[in-house]
Amino acid sequence: MSRRVGVLAVQGAFAEHERAFAKAGADVFEIRQTADIERSFDALVLPGGESTVQGKLLRDLKLLAPLRQRIAEGLPVFATCAGLILLAKQIANDSAVWFGLLPVTVRRNAYGRQLGSFTTKGQVGSLADVPMTFIRAPAIESVSDNVNVLSTFDGKATGVRHGNIWAFAWHPELTTDERIFAAFLAWC
Amino acid sequence: MDNERSEVNRNLAQMLKGGVIMDVTTPEQARIAEDAGACAVMALERIPADIRAAGGVSRMSDPAMIRGIQDAVSIPVMAKCRIGHIAEARILEAIEIDYIDESEVLSPADDTRHIDKTSFKVPFVCGARDLGEALRRIGEGASMIRTKGEPGTGDVVQAVRHMRKMQAEIRRVASLRDDEVYEAAKELAAPLDLVKYVHDNRKLPVVNFAAGGVATPADAALMMELGAEGVFVGSGIFKSGDPAKRAAAIVQAVTNWQDSALLARLSENLGEAMVGINAEEIKTIMEERGK
Repeated sequence: MSRRVGVLAVQGAFAEHERAFAKAGADVFEIRQTADIERSFDALVLPGGESTVQGKLLRDLKLLAPLRQRIAEGLPVFATCAGLILLAKQIANDSAVWFGLLPVTVRRNAYGRQLGSFTTKGQVGSLADVPMTFIRAPAIESVSDNVNVLSTFDGKATGVRHGNIWAFAWHPELTTDERIFAAFLAWC
Repeated sequence: MDNERSEVNRNLAQMLKGGVIMDVTTPEQARIAEDAGACAVMALERIPADIRAAGGVSRMSDPAMIRGIQDAVSIPVMAKCRIGHIAEARILEAIEIDYIDESEVLSPADDTRHIDKTSFKVPFVCGARDLGEALRRIGEGASMIRTKGEPGTGDVVQAVRHMRKMQAEIRRVASLRDDEVYEAAKELAAPLDLVKYVHDNRKLPVVNFAAGGVATPADAALMMELGAEGVFVGSGIFKSGDPAKRAAAIVQAVTNWQDSALLARLSENLGEAMVGINAEEIKTIMEERGK
């Protein structure tokens, strides 16, 4: 049976994640308010965008606490860029903590302003030659021992897995490579 | 600009979707905007309503003032250059601005040509009143399109006109037979490959925001209903009674534009909206600058 995947759609590139997960065979719906999460679902997607905006909207729309609880209880999560920042236990250059469930320290906009966005290719877990698009990306500065590093760039972690959480500093949804979505759906 | 940079820039603008971009003139306003949930701010010395009131020639803002705003917030910062003013754009690129708005709100530097934006690394946003104009700007390298509205009026009528026209033309192009696309490109005076893209994908190849005259949560919801992917709010916030509250309400209205009960609550007790000027009653029509 196809997996029901809720995509946080308060702001950002949620449409691209919806397209990618639908193509990979998931049954996708949008989360914009508390009524949207009253149904049951198998996985949560936290897309790219502006983490400050998404965090504030999650709080104002009263989604932060119920989603945090579900993630803490083991709901599989697929997060990119702003989603990674929302999950991090610590943000090096910001006092805010949102979900605070992923034991890593991230630095926002670590690769510089606009001109610091770029694309590259690399290994992600067992997948080779995965195209990676970095957009005003955060860096993962440190990870605790029980965090599994899936991808790196320039010697630093750019993708991690910790229990039910998969999180990336780059944007798999902006490329045509679907392997990572298929891998996540097969696992969750 | 190589293809990869152009692709990255277009993707960068995707991250702004579903968001509100606010005009700010001071670091303090920029912080209020960020706290209210703006996904980016537009740094300028005078907001469009004041540019209109002051008259005369309006130019790129002082780079020191823009830097002050860059230092104050962690979200992307945009700034405006005059249409066709290559040197102002180079200066903005040099201070690592996140986006340049080649804007009709400032006095045009070139009355026929726009900047060749493909020769820049920094992404550009440009205004457009219809599909042909949007595709010409994208052909020149724009990574993001917005409606032109009639800046500084607080009157949403032009933004509605532009968005409806653009969406209607997109639907028309998408409905054509393959062999009719060539003639459509000629009529629209737009690059053929971009018209083909619209025909095949039923949307612009870049993000499309609404701008001009958005002053209330209802205005923002209206523009989302008509197909905008996010909104710019210029004079509407800091010309109103309670900017922080109005800004936060507009941010939520863009996310949940389909929920009328929430919109009703968001619209309550926002204080005075900007007075505005009826767009029919003004002399300087900015939307006609640059075609």
